[in-house]
Formats: sequence, C-alpha cells, structure tokens
Amino acid sequence: MAKNQGLLNKLLDGRNAVIGVPYFWFLLLAAIPLLIVLKISLSEMEGTQVSNMIDWREGWPKLTLNFSSYQFILTDSLYIKTYLSSIKYALITTLLCLVIGYPFAYFMARSPKHLQPMLLMLIMLPFWTSFLLRIYAWKTLLVSNGVINNILMSLHIIDAPLAMMNNSFSLLLGMVYSYLPFMILPLYANLSKLDLRYLEAAADLGTSPFKAFWLITVPLSKAGIIAGSMLVFIPAVGEYVIPELLGGSSTLMIGRVLWDEFFSNYDWPMASAVAVVMILLILLPMAVYNKSQAELSEGKS
Amino acid sequence: MSQASNNKLFAKGWMIAVYTFLYLPIITLVVFSFNDSKLVTVWSHASFRWYEALVKDTALIEAVLLSLKIAFLSALMSVFFGTFTAFALNRYKRFKGRTLLSSMSSMPLVMPDVIVGLSLLLMIVSVQHWLGYPQKGLLTILLGHALLGTAYAAVVVTSRLREMDSKLDEAAMDLGCKPWQVFTLVTFPLLTPALVSAFLLTFTLSFDDVVLSSFLSGPGYSTMPMVIFSRARLGLNPTINAVATVTIIVVTIAVIASSFYTSYQERKRRREEAQAYSDTNK
Repeated sequence: MAKNQGLLNKLLDGRNAVIGVPYFWFLLLAAIPLLIVLKISLSEMEGTQVSNMIDWREGWPKLTLNFSSYQFILTDSLYIKTYLSSIKYALITTLLCLVIGYPFAYFMARSPKHLQPMLLMLIMLPFWTSFLLRIYAWKTLLVSNGVINNILMSLHIIDAPLAMMNNSFSLLLGMVYSYLPFMILPLYANLSKLDLRYLEAAADLGTSPFKAFWLITVPLSKAGIIAGSMLVFIPAVGEYVIPELLGGSSTLMIGRVLWDEFFSNYDWPMASAVAVVMILLILLPMAVYNKSQAELSEGKS
Repeated sequence: MSQASNNKLFAKGWMIAVYTFLYLPIITLVVFSFNDSKLVTVWSHASFRWYEALVKDTALIEAVLLSLKIAFLSALMSVFFGTFTAFALNRYKRFKGRTLLSSMSSMPLVMPDVIVGLSLLLMIVSVQHWLGYPQKGLLTILLGHALLGTAYAAVVVTSRLREMDSKLDEAAMDLGCKPWQVFTLVTFPLLTPALVSAFLLTFTLSFDDVVLSSFLSGPGYSTMPMVIFSRARLGLNPTINAVATVTIIVVTIAVIASSFYTSYQERKRRREEAQAYSDTNK
C-alpha cells in the first residue's frame, strides 16, 4: 500500500508528468506507427490480409522476414526512376526557390524598417489561406482553355493554347509557388541580422559591391540558405497533392506511388516499403540540417 | 548616382514580381467566383450564382462543418500537448530519453504527409485488430491532426519560452508560490499570446489538411479539403471558387485581427513592465 502511494506520488510529481505526457503521446502516435510501417514492409499480402511475421508454433515464436517488397523496389526500374525523378524535381524546386527567394529576402531586409512587418505579413498571408485552394487556382490559370491562355489568345500573342498543364512545368510551378515562403522566411531572418559594417569596411577597402556580396553577404547567410533549402527540399520530395493536381500522369513522384500502392492496389507491404525507402532518402538531408542548426545555436551562445 | 537608383528600381521590380506571383492565383479565384458563366475560365458577367449554388450544396456544407469541428478540437489538443512538449524540452535540460522526445516531436514536421498518414493508419488498424476499437472516423482524423499540430504548437511555444525571463518564475517561487501557482499566475499569462498563435496555426493546418484525413477517415466522414480535392481532381468547378473566396475573406480578417491582438498584448505587457519598474524605483 505504502509502495503504491509512493508510485502514485511519483507519477503525479510535476516533473514526471510534464515529461511523461508528451512522451506517451509521441510514442503512441509517432514512434510506434513508424515501427509498424517497418514491420509491415517486411511481410507480404496473403489475400486481403497482411501475413503474420511472428508465427506461434509448438509454443515457440517463428520469425519470418519477407524482403520481397524491397527486392521489387530495387529490381523494378520504375521505382528507381520514380525515386530519382522525385529527387530531381525536389532539387530543381529548391534551386528555383533559392534563386527567386534570396534576392527577395535580401531586398526585404534592406527595405525601410517600418515597412518590413507589412512585407513579412504579405509573405505569410497566402500561407494562412488553404494550400489546396491555391493549387487548384493554378489549375484554372494554366489549363489549355484557362485564364492565361485565354488572355494571350485574345491579345493575339499566341494562336494556339500553350501546353502549360499536366507536365513538369506545371508541377514545378506549383511546387515553387507553395514552398517559396519557406525559403524566404529563414533567409530574411538571417539577412536582416547581417551587420552592415562588414560591407562598409569592404567598400572602404575598395571592394566592388558585387564582389562584397559574394565574399561577405552570401557566406554569412549560409545558415539561412541551408535552413531554407531543407525546409523546401524535404517536404518537396514526398509531395502528393501538387503532382496529383498539376503534374499529370507523365511526372513521376514517389508520394503518388505510395498513395496508389495503398489506395488502388491495396498492397500495404509495398506501400510500407516505399515509405521506408523514402525515409532513408530524407535522413541524409535531415542530418545536414540538424548539424547546421546545432552549429547555429552553438555560435549564438 | 543613376547606378544606385537603377538598383533600387530592380529591387522594387523583383519584389513586386514575387508578390504578383504569390497573389495572382488567389485574386483569380476570388474574381472568377463572381463569374456568371459555367465555364470557370471565361468571364461573362458578374453574379452571385455560385454562392447560391454553394448554399444549396449540402455535401460541401456538411464537410465544412465537420472540418471546423475537427480543426477546433484538434487545435485544442495540439496546444495542450504542444505546451507539455515545449515545457519538457525547455525546462528540463537533462532527463533520460530527451533526444528521443525531441526527435519524435520533430518527426511530423519533417516526414512527408503520406508517411505520417500511412503509419498512423497502420497503427490504428493494429489496435483495432486487438481491441475492436477505434473505428475509422472523426476520432482517428482528430488524432492525426492533433499529432501534426502538437509538433507545430511545440515549436511556437518553445520560441516564446526561450524569450521569457525565467527570473520572473524564480521571483514568484522566492515569494512563496507553489509550482502550480507559478504556472497559473506567472508563466501562463505570459505565454497566452504564444498559445493563441499556436491555436490559430494548428487550426489552419487541420482545416487545410487533405492527405492525413484521406488516410484516416472512414465512410461518412469527408472533410472540406477531401471534398474539394476529389472535385478538383475531376476538373474545374465554380462552387470551389465560391468556397475559396469565403475562406480567404475569413482567414484574412482573422490574421489581421490576431496581429492587432498580439501587438496590443505586447504593448500592454511593456506598459505594465515599465509601470512595475517605476513603482519599485519610487
């Protein structure tokens, strides 16, 4: 009884409760589900059921690991092609966001101080309105009888509608559009803290503004560039909604393959194996990101 | 000198171009929601035709109500668990498994939605296998959204906790407050603006989500994004423009109102702080 009381007290102790509640929550909803994905990726479909990995025979568990889904991914060229093409689209998206977003963040950080909060809010505002609706809006703009083609044709700039929909152009446009704010925000946070005296010193020493930009501003904003690139690249690799609505059937993205394996083929082990390989793909850029974040916080302290 | 003004012109042009890029689709959505033509992309003349169609679209309205319910409940859960997570990770620097907790709490932020959805569904199916519960539906969607929201809420609350002066907590304890009194009298009031913005953010995330809901929903539970997504896959539909316009107006008002609220709170806090300092210096 006394022991039980002690246990109860310990459980109700502030510190243990504060740590225990989120621990339980994330174990149940984040860690265990991922382990189940790993488990199911190592089984196979038996009719409409997933095979049992552990078989109880004569009182002893018999563990059967089934690597057929992974074998299939590694040997079927379509999967490899899809993984490569997801990485390709995610990389191009990241680069385009950087090329468009860096100058923007730079100019924003240099604009008059009293305007900056409003400029920042204007970047955030589309983020608050539904992502799905904004992607849908691009569809109305880009289709062959869409708004852009109609305007260009009525102005006699083009005679036949441009094919802007259901190809890699529309896919990349949608991805850059959705992820651009994720690039701009960390870059702006970084560039607005840049000490302008470095640039003045460089100018005093006779460095041209162009050279000073490449030798001083860009290296000093490295942390912002890495943070922004990761915030764009990681979600872009696994994107499902944008390729489904704007990409058409010719653009291969791995998020869509996972979706189809699950919802159309009902092949849960295959969908899980695709997910596991996708996680492995994201781990490397994530490690880079975590390292740069750690360096950043060390530098601060 | 003309070099400098050229640079300024270029900067202005670049910024205007990016803002146009960001707002062009939103403006098109709103403009064409007032279009009378059945063709979404050809302008005929202005009318409220699609708003009338929207009011009669019971499937869509039911989906909107369901989404609002889920968003409200999941945002509450997210703020609750997110605050716990932020406190555990920031107030206790050393405990067993801290790294595990911090990586688990950032997992939903970095994993693609399809993986989070798939893993949660497989977990729920396993639990169902053992216990015969829960059925796919409101509860399962809620759990998915709350998981995602908790991760975001934890980030928002963490950034506020870092800014906060822990001296205030210590002072309260020195003056004899019990830990729960420190929380309710000192920490919680200081944290309120962060909790409000975490609530708004997680509400929006839930209201916007289509992937997690599709994995976790059961028959009879279609959220608004799920309905819009399935219609948008089939083609263009002017009723979507009308829904979009309504949400955009509501969101814009909410964002502006909340930014006024935050800056008001901030000013109030500074005034009270200044008052407190001048009182002690008398």
